[in-house]
Amino acid sequence: MDRKLVKQKSEYRWIVERAGAMKVDGVIFASESLIAGMDNKVVEQVRNVAALPGIVGASYAMPDAHWGYGFCIGGVAAFDPDAGGIISAGGVGFDIACGVRTLHTGLKLRDLEGRHELLADLLFRKTPAGVGSTGRIKLRPAQLDEVLANGAPWAVEHGYGLPDDLRFIESGGRMPGANPAKVSDLAKQRQAEEMGTLGSGNHYLEVQQVVEIYDAEAAAAFGIEPDDIKISIHCGSRGLGHQVGTDYLKSMASCARQMGIELPERELACAPLSSDVGQSYLGAMRSGINCALANRQILTHLVREVFDEFQRSAAIRLLFDVSHNTCQEETHTIDKKPRRLFVHRKGATRAWGPGHPGLPAEYARVGQPVLIGGTMGTASYILVGTAESEHMGLSSSCHGAGRNMSRTAATKQWNGKDIARQLAGRGILIRTRSIRGVAEEAPQAYKDVSEVVEVSHNQGLARKVAKLVPLICIKG
Amino acid sequence: MWEHFAHQADIGIRGVGSTMDEAFAEAGVALMAVIGSPDKVRPTKQCVLACQADDPEQLFVDWINALIFEVAANHWFFSRFAVTIRDGKLSATGFGEPIDPERHETAVEPKAATYLMLEVRQRPDGNWIAQCVVDV
Repeated sequence: MDRKLVKQKSEYRWIVERAGAMKVDGVIFASESLIAGMDNKVVEQVRNVAALPGIVGASYAMPDAHWGYGFCIGGVAAFDPDAGGIISAGGVGFDIACGVRTLHTGLKLRDLEGRHELLADLLFRKTPAGVGSTGRIKLRPAQLDEVLANGAPWAVEHGYGLPDDLRFIESGGRMPGANPAKVSDLAKQRQAEEMGTLGSGNHYLEVQQVVEIYDAEAAAAFGIEPDDIKISIHCGSRGLGHQVGTDYLKSMASCARQMGIELPERELACAPLSSDVGQSYLGAMRSGINCALANRQILTHLVREVFDEFQRSAAIRLLFDVSHNTCQEETHTIDKKPRRLFVHRKGATRAWGPGHPGLPAEYARVGQPVLIGGTMGTASYILVGTAESEHMGLSSSCHGAGRNMSRTAATKQWNGKDIARQLAGRGILIRTRSIRGVAEEAPQAYKDVSEVVEVSHNQGLARKVAKLVPLICIKG
Repeated sequence: MWEHFAHQADIGIRGVGSTMDEAFAEAGVALMAVIGSPDKVRPTKQCVLACQADDPEQLFVDWINALIFEVAANHWFFSRFAVTIRDGKLSATGFGEPIDPERHETAVEPKAATYLMLEVRQRPDGNWIAQCVVDV
């Protein structure tokens, strides 16, 4: 990045000063080296978001920020509906409520001894993953509307999970205010066979080993000990969410034009929260969130079925489930006054600090688990939200590593079979239906997740609790 | 002719042809090559597609999204397309078969066509290009 575009205010905080149409400053959280590696387009997108109507506070970019569509990936921005604030489909992204869910297994590394291959094969057989895969649940339109209105509780009511699971999902697993009538028939058709599927690309189901604890108190509250075996699932709202994004990007572009909102990029398409289009998107986007939460709940059920067969003494329980592509209605204190805002997080994780009333009782004293996915060859991290993050970046943190190499370059450089063989040599088993997908997702094609996490930790956006490394990766 | 172009997180598709129709058709094949290997398809079946928009760029996004929908919802996979565009209306035939992940060497499912690096234009050499980045 051209350093003249930003002003360093502290070691990890850089300002994009308000200029031109910007209504607020931009704030980028990054180290010197992360800033050096960021595209100038990140600054351009931070500026463009800062110019949108009704923005409050600042236009933020998290340490893993990179060039996205309209908003940068890693972008966070809040809008006040009472001040002409907007909602943007581009600010949420196509994979609505893509997120990470981490599960306890009650097992230790020694419990898997000599049986890694067996567990990998069982999980691979049970988890629908990759292009064209379908789930075992086929839903009629009326049933799908129930899923969209009720989210994970729908899955639990239909036998996919336990009532206690819901306490460890954002919003109790159900985003209120969903309006399935605002989801197109095309979106519903796309989802008819996709409930309980992982998807493809960077989506995965991993068996992980806890290798390091950084914060003993938070780790104890979350139930994390060294050598624990955890399972992490990274996926989203599948075809339904993608189609909702597609549909509303188009209608919002036309709405913005009619409302006289100038869009430097079409992907910034937005509509006032008070408008019909804005309200329709809100209802559809919340339906997409519920779709994602139900999807991860069904995948959890499949994991439980695997462990019933693999080791009956295992106890699969939720550690937490957090979405990193959303727009949520939240109350934040701005200039010492509480304000009701619509916070867009696109490739950013909500990170509530200790004492937040929305946390499950077990975590209230320490804060919210922040689940950061890595690559199949590196590490994932569990962080915890902080009190000070509220004032720094609307209680937000990074979400993952982010790519540093295109898919085309990755497939030219690596062969999927070689990558899988190398990882197997390091004790990481890959199961996939797409060997080309493994090359595209090669760990070397991603940035160093550790540095992104270090910056979040050192800046206080969220604090490190534990590091987990992959043992088995089911790739979509 | 079609090609892919690099994008940090996702992938760009570009179709080139002597007419806009041909550029759209080739970009459709470029999309299939993101998903898997279109040269492995036995084009035994035909699928009729149609869309319309106010400008060529939006029409291109709608066309690519229509193909993404057919792959996702109806499990199609195509090897080639015949496209006709008249007065903002596109009608097309896709030649393909039901998707077979193993035989078609699938890699990744696209989520949507984006407006990023979106262009539909005639180049100085007379050829048309139609391109955009696809979110995967």
